[in-house]
Amino acid sequence: MTADNKKMKISLKIWRQESPQAAGHFEAYELDDVTPEMSFLEMLDHLNEKLVSEGKTPVYFESDCREGICGTCGLVINGIAHGVGPRKATCQLHMRSFQDGETIHVEPWRAKAFPVIQDLGVDRSAFDRIIAAGGYVSVNTGNAPDGNSLPVGKTTAEQAFDAAACIGCGACVAACKNASASLFVSAKISQYALLPQGQPERARRAGAMVAQMEEEAFGSCTNETECSAVCPKGISFENIVRMNREFLRSQFGSTEIE
Amino acid sequence: MMKLDAKIPSGDISEKWTRHKFEMKLVSPANRRKHQIIIVGTGLAGASAAATLGEAGYQVKSIFYHESPRRAHSIAAQGGINAAKNYQNDGDSVFRLFYDTIKGGDFRAREANVHRLAEVSTSIIDQCVAQGVPFAREYGGTLANRSFGGTQVSRTFYARGQTGQQLLLGAYGAMMRQVDAGQVEMLTRREFMDLVVVNGQARGVIVRNLLTGELETHMGSAVVLATGGYSNVYYLSTNAKHSNVSATWRAYKKGALFANPSFMQIHPTCIPVSGDYQSKLTLMSESLRNDGRVWVPKQAGDKRSPTQIPESERDYFLERKYPSFGNLVPRDVASRNAKTVCDEGRGVGNSGEAVYLDFADAIGRLGPQKIAEKYGNLFEIYSNITGEDPYKLPMRIFPAPHYTMGGLWVDYHLMTTIPGLFAIGEANFSDHGANRLGASALMQGLADGYFVLPYTLANYLGNTSLASVSDQADEAKATRRSVAEKIDRILGVKGKTPVTVIHRRLGRVMWNFVGMSRSKEGCQKAIQEIRELREEFWSDCAVPGDANTLNHSIELAGRVADFLEFGELIAKDAETREESCGCHFREEYQTPENEALRNDDAFAHVAAFEYQGEDKEALRHQEALVFENVKPSQRSYK
Repeated sequence: MTADNKKMKISLKIWRQESPQAAGHFEAYELDDVTPEMSFLEMLDHLNEKLVSEGKTPVYFESDCREGICGTCGLVINGIAHGVGPRKATCQLHMRSFQDGETIHVEPWRAKAFPVIQDLGVDRSAFDRIIAAGGYVSVNTGNAPDGNSLPVGKTTAEQAFDAAACIGCGACVAACKNASASLFVSAKISQYALLPQGQPERARRAGAMVAQMEEEAFGSCTNETECSAVCPKGISFENIVRMNREFLRSQFGSTEIE
Repeated sequence: MMKLDAKIPSGDISEKWTRHKFEMKLVSPANRRKHQIIIVGTGLAGASAAATLGEAGYQVKSIFYHESPRRAHSIAAQGGINAAKNYQNDGDSVFRLFYDTIKGGDFRAREANVHRLAEVSTSIIDQCVAQGVPFAREYGGTLANRSFGGTQVSRTFYARGQTGQQLLLGAYGAMMRQVDAGQVEMLTRREFMDLVVVNGQARGVIVRNLLTGELETHMGSAVVLATGGYSNVYYLSTNAKHSNVSATWRAYKKGALFANPSFMQIHPTCIPVSGDYQSKLTLMSESLRNDGRVWVPKQAGDKRSPTQIPESERDYFLERKYPSFGNLVPRDVASRNAKTVCDEGRGVGNSGEAVYLDFADAIGRLGPQKIAEKYGNLFEIYSNITGEDPYKLPMRIFPAPHYTMGGLWVDYHLMTTIPGLFAIGEANFSDHGANRLGASALMQGLADGYFVLPYTLANYLGNTSLASVSDQADEAKATRRSVAEKIDRILGVKGKTPVTVIHRRLGRVMWNFVGMSRSKEGCQKAIQEIRELREEFWSDCAVPGDANTLNHSIELAGRVADFLEFGELIAKDAETREESCGCHFREEYQTPENEALRNDDAFAHVAAFEYQGEDKEALRHQEALVFENVKPSQRSYK
């Protein structure tokens, strides 16, 4: 446990940008009463309270659940998407991961497909459009057979879950030098490619989702695996390999490529 | 006084819903596309309703303040979803799930609604499996189950510790399929500001576009609120930061009744508060109580490290007091007992406001591998936040506000007292009485959205003549004007105190006086202090910037302003319900063993409040609860 009364001094360089059209810049802030048990976002809350009581405009950043599952938060902290440490969203980063006196750079996700809306907030609606293109099983409410009529092996279910655990935060895009969305798209394609429920639409889904991904302003994957390294849910790079296979399958017919 | 008619169908409880489905009016497929349905919120209830109504052929507008439907707070539900499948052959049935829910709710829920919930529970699992939700499986490929607090059967389906996420992504996928098909239009980053009522019917909404600050009017045949619960009135809760009461509160001020506002569930297994700047409390699924043992030192003030305290000096207080349910007693019982031992000075950790949840026995019995499989991600959450390793040291846990059973009063059709305004999921009050059983929130959200609302909404549309109205209707224009005035009023204060500071103070008042235990005196004190805070808000709140742009401070201020009014209604409800039931524990009403003492003669009813105007006392109505199938008894988990 950390000492209760220990205060840290932190220098912040935060990206401020009034609107999508405006030019952005780094602005410097100093805090001298940060505590190690504060989360990173609580530290920003604290900064914002100070700014508001001084009549200044608070820093806009997005977050909601604050427990690493909703995927709303996402900051590049000292050059790393979601900050230092494996398998965590920004909201799960604590100030005990920083040194007293440290200077911290805070930026939004940087990607053409994720335009900045204000300060540290970006527009990730491209992800919704990719899901709308085919990231589901087409089954209307009320059509379902009994849940146990379709056995799914434990290992398959676990693998599908591992892919399905994606929280759609976009860190994979932010970490990729090409701003590729491959990890996000492949996770959804993999979930359904692995499960029996996903089979009837398997080829159509892969084709449609990849096509939508290419229509958005994401770059291509060049196998650097930066995406998996920053993923809060540890989504494996293997999914991208599977996506490529599924995509080929969708283009040539399922019997030709197995 | 207004007579509340729940419109419960006649007949035997097990046949009501089936028969009523036949009796209700339908809307023919050709006519459905003529109806614009407005759904606010995209959690399990809102997303499942949008998907299902879209599939049926209605034109749906889905309105929400998040950037994407998948961000809604249902995503954070961990433990599981109940269904009366009896796959485990352990004696479960629709009637038993119904019985457990009525009893768990301490006989303050409506029998007919709860039975319907238990009936449709099995279809929910089938639907989610068909969508490709990756539920946990046995080696043979069948669905796995676990048991959950307050029950003696294994009926909970789960997807590791991320069940809410997987169910919501299933509903979100179904909804996005309808977006692709043109049946559902998403209006993202829109905050519900007010309801438009025309000729006594809910016909539209005023929303604020959060990116531009612009006010927009959207009209339709009916409005559905799926806007979740209000635990954030306590400031620190397990809810997401943006969860709020504003949509349901503003509907209340437009004439919808608010039922049982003081019924707020405190979840027993949360990570304790660590500092002043804490922004929320993190819950860990109570499935942990299946294998973890709750204890505190026998001796008050024992500050030794937990591993130094020998077995003989530990008090496993839940196992001691409730031998047949042990650590699996319902949430309210577990929470209150944790508070009691902490009040006795036996709490652990720096603050003394925590109890241990110990996995040493289970790790010894099953091995760390098996424990990691079951609870791996929860252990990760815990060590991430506290910096401690729960495989080596017992967890420290404490109760926190988590779920609100209270909500807009709805009849059997999930319709509020404003015709055409429906409330589904946590936003309504209907199914959980005074205490919700674990893994039942997901069940109710999806039951309402997939299987109940699509029928009852059609019945309303089929029975109602709807005049055509435009967004230029006088009522729409007037409502829009009043919304703009309210925003101007907030920006006009130009004070010094950030709204988050006022919110935090409100939270402390609520937690101290209308939290885990309440008294008449405490409720009155709460009302007094809330009024003072409200005054401070309107004379000194600091909200920078202007209205015609992305200005997050306006959103926060509007929500806090509503909490400051709503908190008073909670205290009033808690004060006037002079009994203890479920989550609602009045110190004056307890058994000699300190258990909740109900008063069925005077309080076997739903309290539903009617707005009477600014600064006027709300009018308290009652809907009597009739128990024909489960005889009210004192709950016993001993």
